[in-house]
Amino acid sequence: MSAHPDTATSPDEGHYNFAYLDEQTKRMIRRAILKGIAVPGYQVPFASREMPMPYGWGTGGVQVTAAILGADDTLKVIDQGSDDTTNAVSIRGFFEKTAGVETTTRTSEASIIQTRHRIPEALLTEDQVLVYQVPIPEPLRFLEPRETETRKMHALAEYGLMHVKLYEDIARNGHIATTYAYPVEVNDRYVMDPSPTPKFDNPKMHEMAALQLFGAGREKRIYAIPPHTKVKSLDFDDHPFEVQKFEKPCGLCGAENVYLDEVILDDKGGRMFVCSDSDHCEDRRSHGHLGEMAADPAASHLASTGEERA
Amino acid sequence: MTDQTTMLEPNFVPYQENDEPLLRVSGVTRYYGDRLGCTDISFNLWPGEVLAIVGESGSGKTTLLNCLSTRLAPTAGAIEYRMRDGSMRDLYQLTEADRRLLMRTDWGFVHQSPADGLRMTVSAGANVGERLMAVGNRHYGNIRATATDWLERVEIATDRIDDPPRAFSGGMRQRLQIARNLVTHPRLVFMDEPTGGLDVSVQARLLDMMRRLVADLGLSVIIVTHDLAVARLLSHRIMVMRHGKVIETGLTDQVLDDPREPYSQLLVSSILQA
Repeated sequence: MSAHPDTATSPDEGHYNFAYLDEQTKRMIRRAILKGIAVPGYQVPFASREMPMPYGWGTGGVQVTAAILGADDTLKVIDQGSDDTTNAVSIRGFFEKTAGVETTTRTSEASIIQTRHRIPEALLTEDQVLVYQVPIPEPLRFLEPRETETRKMHALAEYGLMHVKLYEDIARNGHIATTYAYPVEVNDRYVMDPSPTPKFDNPKMHEMAALQLFGAGREKRIYAIPPHTKVKSLDFDDHPFEVQKFEKPCGLCGAENVYLDEVILDDKGGRMFVCSDSDHCEDRRSHGHLGEMAADPAASHLASTGEERA
Repeated sequence: MTDQTTMLEPNFVPYQENDEPLLRVSGVTRYYGDRLGCTDISFNLWPGEVLAIVGESGSGKTTLLNCLSTRLAPTAGAIEYRMRDGSMRDLYQLTEADRRLLMRTDWGFVHQSPADGLRMTVSAGANVGERLMAVGNRHYGNIRATATDWLERVEIATDRIDDPPRAFSGGMRQRLQIARNLVTHPRLVFMDEPTGGLDVSVQARLLDMMRRLVADLGLSVIIVTHDLAVARLLSHRIMVMRHGKVIETGLTDQVLDDPREPYSQLLVSSILQA
């Protein structure tokens, strides 16, 4: 994010330019980012580059990260909240190799967090940037296939159609059954797809201190939510927006009010629910919080009390 | 009509001041390159009036209808519409935002093929409710109540409200399309061959229903059809088109019973057997 010296000079043969992309490309992407920040929620077209990874693996997010990365940044990459899945590990490795930046799994230590489909549980600060990988940036796409028409609808703020989708949800399921990619209205103007994050994370976007950037590589769009911006999840007066609720706390760290993943343990129906944010879970456990399924002597004690409570 | 729809249009008054036309069309001409679509069409449409545009295939009926409904800009000529505040505005001077608002509130457009006018992938209720949501209605219960009410009015069983139009017969689809258009209480409805492709008994029922709705709501309608029986049943006034020009115009009964132009005579004698 801060100036990095000597990156504009041509690198030796056999070396990558800082953060893989050439300087002109990064300038182009930064211009798109600035425009996105100036018009919160508006999808800015940009000349997305071919990246050394397949579409769907975060080519948009990687380009945004490459454009804003500085030599003194610390990068964290998560995939579904987890630091140790293939996508997260390979993107982290990619920037270690091409930019030589520090990487971390600790949310609080990162200055840039690239994410696929989660927002960290820990509160983000004004010093941090959250970069989302977006597969389909257009929230109206599945209702209106014509790009010319959706652009016009955004331009004229004609968003009635978005509610048609929510209406269908209620008509079919009795409640708004959209659980991810839940449409939001940014800064009282643009309706935006928050990428396929669970709707559990939508309230975190509202007035977030960190800058949020969204990159869609295949669809060639960048959009942004500046810090401390109003983000409202769409709903009906008689069917207000609600986030998912979990019956049990995290099996490993006992955290409540966090987003949990279901983990199948065996083929006899055994399962556990654990924090989707692996760093948050580890951090809590290192501070002595233990869930009822954690492999610790103290856990058996907690498990029994847990059963009594249940 | 439910509370919700009345709330939606607080100033809605069925036509009362008949001293001014609702739509004033002067010299509308449309060329497709060198080819002529329609030329020099002028007429006034009054509140509560049903005007049928008839003529053979390729006579410029649909071109004219598309020009009038702002779907196709005319090459020359002006179309003025009396807005709800009473002012006459040139449609092509309005901003696109205003035109689109007009299209989905004060106007309706019934396509020949229901698939063009409906969202085939969402339920009947959502199809009817879409316009309500587009004008800011955000109460699910009210939207659904209004949709139910409108399904009843167009004689669709209300237990079909959650079925997609794909599961409907052709006649039901066309009735659903009409309900979807009328839910915001438009003052002007364009219809392009609304009975095309339906069998005769379904046509009769649809026409019956349309006639009732038009009378109940005091709608102004411009209906394009090649079926003179439809024109006879629905319209007050008729315009006969040929080669992009209006060749005869007058009261429906007058034109159909006593056509003046040779072409109109041909048309009447060829189609109207009964």
